Amino acid sequence: MTQAEKTTTVLLVGVGGQGTILAGDLLAKTAAVSGYDVKISEIHGMSQRGGSVSTVVRFGRDVASMICDEGCADVIVSFEAIEALRARQFLATDGGRLFVNDEVIEPVSVAIGTGSMPTDIDGALAQLDAVKVPAGRIAREAGSPKSTNVVLMGALSTALPFAADTWREVIAKRVPPRTVDANLTAFDAGRGCVA
Amino acid sequence: MQKLLSGNEAIAQGAWEAGVRVGVGYPGTPSTETLENLSTYDDVYCEWSPNEKVALEVALGSAMGGARSLATMKHVGVNVAADPLLSACNTGVNAGLVILAADDPSMFSSQNEQDSRNYAAFARIPMLEPADSAEAHEFVQRAFEISEDFDTPVMIRESMRIAHTKSLVDCADERADVELRDFTPDASKYVMMPAYARGRRQAVIERTGKLIEFAEETDLNRIEMRDSSVGIIASGAVYQHVREALPQASTFKLGLSWPLPPAKLKQFAEAVDHLYVVEEACDYFAERVHALGIATEQPPVCPLPEAGELTPALIKKSFGVALPQGHPPCDDLPPRPPSLCAGCPHRLVFTVLRDMKAIVSGDIGCYTLGATAPLSAVHSTIDMGASLSVAHGLELADVPARNKRPVVGVIGDSTFAHSGITSLLGTIYNAGAGTLCILDNRTTAMTGCQGNPCNGITLHEQVRGANPLAVRDGKRLDIEALCLALGADEAESVDAQDYAAVKDALKGATAANDKLSVLVFHSPCRLIDRSRDGVAVVGECRACGKCVRIGCPVIGTDEHGHAVIDPVQCIGCGQCIQVCPFGCISKEGE
Ligand code: SF4
Ligand code: SF4
Repeated sequence: MTQAEKTTTVLLVGVGGQGTILAGDLLAKTAAVSGYDVKISEIHGMSQRGGSVSTVVRFGRDVASMICDEGCADVIVSFEAIEALRARQFLATDGGRLFVNDEVIEPVSVAIGTGSMPTDIDGALAQLDAVKVPAGRIAREAGSPKSTNVVLMGALSTALPFAADTWREVIAKRVPPRTVDANLTAFDAGRGCVA
Repeated sequence: MQKLLSGNEAIAQGAWEAGVRVGVGYPGTPSTETLENLSTYDDVYCEWSPNEKVALEVALGSAMGGARSLATMKHVGVNVAADPLLSACNTGVNAGLVILAADDPSMFSSQNEQDSRNYAAFARIPMLEPADSAEAHEFVQRAFEISEDFDTPVMIRESMRIAHTKSLVDCADERADVELRDFTPDASKYVMMPAYARGRRQAVIERTGKLIEFAEETDLNRIEMRDSSVGIIASGAVYQHVREALPQASTFKLGLSWPLPPAKLKQFAEAVDHLYVVEEACDYFAERVHALGIATEQPPVCPLPEAGELTPALIKKSFGVALPQGHPPCDDLPPRPPSLCAGCPHRLVFTVLRDMKAIVSGDIGCYTLGATAPLSAVHSTIDMGASLSVAHGLELADVPARNKRPVVGVIGDSTFAHSGITSLLGTIYNAGAGTLCILDNRTTAMTGCQGNPCNGITLHEQVRGANPLAVRDGKRLDIEALCLALGADEAESVDAQDYAAVKDALKGATAANDKLSVLVFHSPCRLIDRSRDGVAVVGECRACGKCVRIGCPVIGTDEHGHAVIDPVQCIGCGQCIQVCPFGCISKEGE
């Protein structure tokens, strides 16, 4: 199988309300515009109320299943650090890449004592060769705190075969008109922070 | 034009292209967006019904009247609509009638994982099962044709993975010019009294014979020969997982899952060395294929799981295909289950119910989350509307007196309109006592803020951006007046964000054991009222934990057990300020 025939799996994880669904949409549209077959699977409903959420995007010549099994994610983008560790078993061990927003959102379970924070988040992420992206800070600096998800797509874009301009076109079409410039700045900054 | 559409969006697009004129449904994950999308077309009339039974009856009426019609619901909604369904299958239609049933294997947002294919077999109506959005778009158009050709309602089944997966669809983007059909009264077809119903039973038997012939011929069912040593029968999303897990295997892809094509299945069985059925959460195909006298085998390594959705990995495991080695899971992570939003109007009600040790029969909606820690205040959730009737049953079993704890039913506004009204009527009619809480947050929150009879917003208005907080009086259902008209002893309005008022109301209502009190708690869902009112700050915290136990996702604790509030996420609702017994929390700057 050539590279283009193989299906690539990207897993986006985070906390309900962080904008994983919009990010997945941008990625899937970019893949489609670039001529790939693509599937994007989202989970709606109860988990959106602040729970752990995930979106799977798979693209290639002919995509069958929309599910990402353990050990099958070529790339994971985590919108929050604990969720990156929660998704660890999905990352491919042969060359899977992990991009993680450096933010930690403490789950309610910690406050009420039914869970405790992991002791060494940074160490655990380092073991996975995670690329840490200060996406929240970059988004605020770009003048649009809500574009954290677009910063992360900028970082992700460095690991995928799509032209940066295709991403930009898709973003410009998809985000609210007033926020196009801020989102494009956010995307470029996200791209720039992965050397 | 090529579009990236979810299964639900593709069904809406396909239905519009098929000339559908009427769309009716009740919101329910994973079906909701279908009707919302269909409602954006100006040449289709769409409405939310109070429940699925009403929706199907309306859609049957409009189909009978000559307009192609679509009814949408989630799998458990079909239970509610089962009564008209099991007669509509006998009357047949006039113009096409298609029913979308969206199933939820693994129960991502449901109380059970029943399989709607059983309903199609039960009602003897054709069922189509798309395996991606392109098929969803095509199958809905075929479904209307089958419905009219065979004079039958047709059901389309999507599992959550089809409903909420977007994939590429080539859309004609042209609406078929389908004329309205005349309505000709015909009692022997539409009046299901015994004499006529017996005639229709015979008609269904004849129709079934013709449908089986159709099933043998149609390209909705596809034999795909590859390696002939392994043959797999599958449908829907599971077919995609089979293609992923066992790309060499031959497949019989069933696009029509009722009725099955016996001859074609036998032909496939003979063409392969080993025949398997792969399906999730139900043995619908397996039982029927066996009943046709076709032998299938268990997967060579281990049986497939009986419950939950299948994945390519589960199929690989059963068939002995090597799985990729992943990293070991992290098992020391704090769980992050869903919880009520910051400022959610349900929080104080559940806080008080928990603290007064009420036995709570709950219902279906965001407020089902009142069952989770730290609120842990809900003791049963069964189906839409059960809160009120189960509370009455608990009262009949003398639970309040025997446990010295009050029994309280809790239901949301949309669920009350769906099937809580009849439950309440049953209690009132039989002189039951107790306390019923109706949480009126002005929307159908869990499914993404739909209109409903309580907030008065129609589907048409909803998709065009109507604000549920700006609906004029008279258009909204007056819940208190309705309860009093039904005969409740009292129906009190309470501000759900006022802790003292919530406490007083619940204490007062539960103190009396000889009357039926309805408390209607008002305050909008945070998704429709996103206003903020400053930020709460913690002063000299005494680490009593009271504010933490309301379960606001914004409140954490430091290593001394002192409350910590995240200023970015706090919306300043003031709930924590009201519950702190020492007055330690205040608004910043106040
Ligand atoms: S969506 Fe609305 S009703 Fe549901 S938890 Fe959030 S605030 Fe509460
Ligand atoms: S005011 Fe208190 S209860 Fe309300 S959102 Fe802020 S921290 Fe949560």
